[in-house]
Amino acid sequence: MADAAFVALSVLTVGSAIAALELRSMIYGSIALMGTLGGIAGFFFLLDSPFVALFQIAVYVGSIAVLILFTVMLVRRELIFKKVEDPRRRLAGIGLMLVFMVAVGAVVLDSGIKQVSAGGPPVEFTEIGEDFLTYYWPALVLMALVLAASVTGALVLARREEPDGAAAAAEIPAAAGEGPGAGEAGAEGVEHGQRAG
Amino acid sequence: MGNELVDFALVSVALLGIGIYGLAVKRNFIRMLFAVEIVINAANLNLVAFARFLPHSGGQTLALFSIAIAAAEVAVGLSLIIVAYRMYRNVDVAEFRSLRG
Repeated sequence: MADAAFVALSVLTVGSAIAALELRSMIYGSIALMGTLGGIAGFFFLLDSPFVALFQIAVYVGSIAVLILFTVMLVRRELIFKKVEDPRRRLAGIGLMLVFMVAVGAVVLDSGIKQVSAGGPPVEFTEIGEDFLTYYWPALVLMALVLAASVTGALVLARREEPDGAAAAAEIPAAAGEGPGAGEAGAEGVEHGQRAG
Repeated sequence: MGNELVDFALVSVALLGIGIYGLAVKRNFIRMLFAVEIVINAANLNLVAFARFLPHSGGQTLALFSIAIAAAEVAVGLSLIIVAYRMYRNVDVAEFRSLRG
C-alpha cells in the first residue's frame, strides 16, 4: 500500500495540474505548473532516483517554468485573464478525460504489473553515467546538437526585425507610386482596406 | 518501500488524462503548452517508475533524454507563441490563420 508521502505528493501533483489548466489567471496557472513539476521531482525522489529528480528540478522548475512565466508576462494583461471556452466542448473534454482515465486505468489494474514489486537495489547514478558515455553516446551527441539547434531556432524566431521591416514598408508605396497604373492599384488597396476594416 | 508500481502508473494515467483534456478543450496557446508539459511529465514518471521496479538503468537514462528534449521543445514553443502574439496580438489558437513569418 502507498505511504503518506506518496499520497501527499499525488494530491499535490494532480491538484496543481488541474489548477494549472483551470485557474483564471495564467500567472497563477504557471506557478501551479511549477507545483506539478516539483511534485514529479518528488516522485523521482521516492523512486530512489535522486539524479533524475535533481535534473528535473534544475531543468523544469528552474528554467522551463521561469521561461513560461516570462512569456505569460509578455502578453497583454486582459489576455492573461481572458478565458474563451465552449461549454459543450468543455463537457465533452471532461467526458473524454474520464473515459480515458477509466479505460487505461482498468487496463493498468488488469495487467500483470500489480504483482511487480521492487526487486533488487535501486539503480546507482554511476550506471546512468556509464550508459550515457558507452551505449548511448551517439544519442548524447545528437541531443546536444538538437538543443543547440533549437535554442538557435528559438532566437531566430523571436528576433525583432523592426528597422528592416519599417524600411521595407516605406519603400513599397514609393515604388508603387512610380510605376504605371499606380492610381488604380492605390484605389484598389484603399477599397481592400475598407473591406477588411 | 511501501509504494507499488501500479500506484505510480495510476498517477501517471491521471496526469495523462488531465493533459489530454487540456489539449482538447483549451484554446489558449500557453495553456496548451502547459498541457503538453503535463503529458510529458506523466511519461517521464512512468519511465522512472519502471526503471526502479525492474530494476534497470535504461529508464532513467531515457527519462533524462526526454527531459532535455522537452526543454528544447518548450524553447521553440515559447518563441512560436511570441511570434504569433506579435502577428495577431492574441494567444487564441483559433485566431491564428497563418504563421508565415
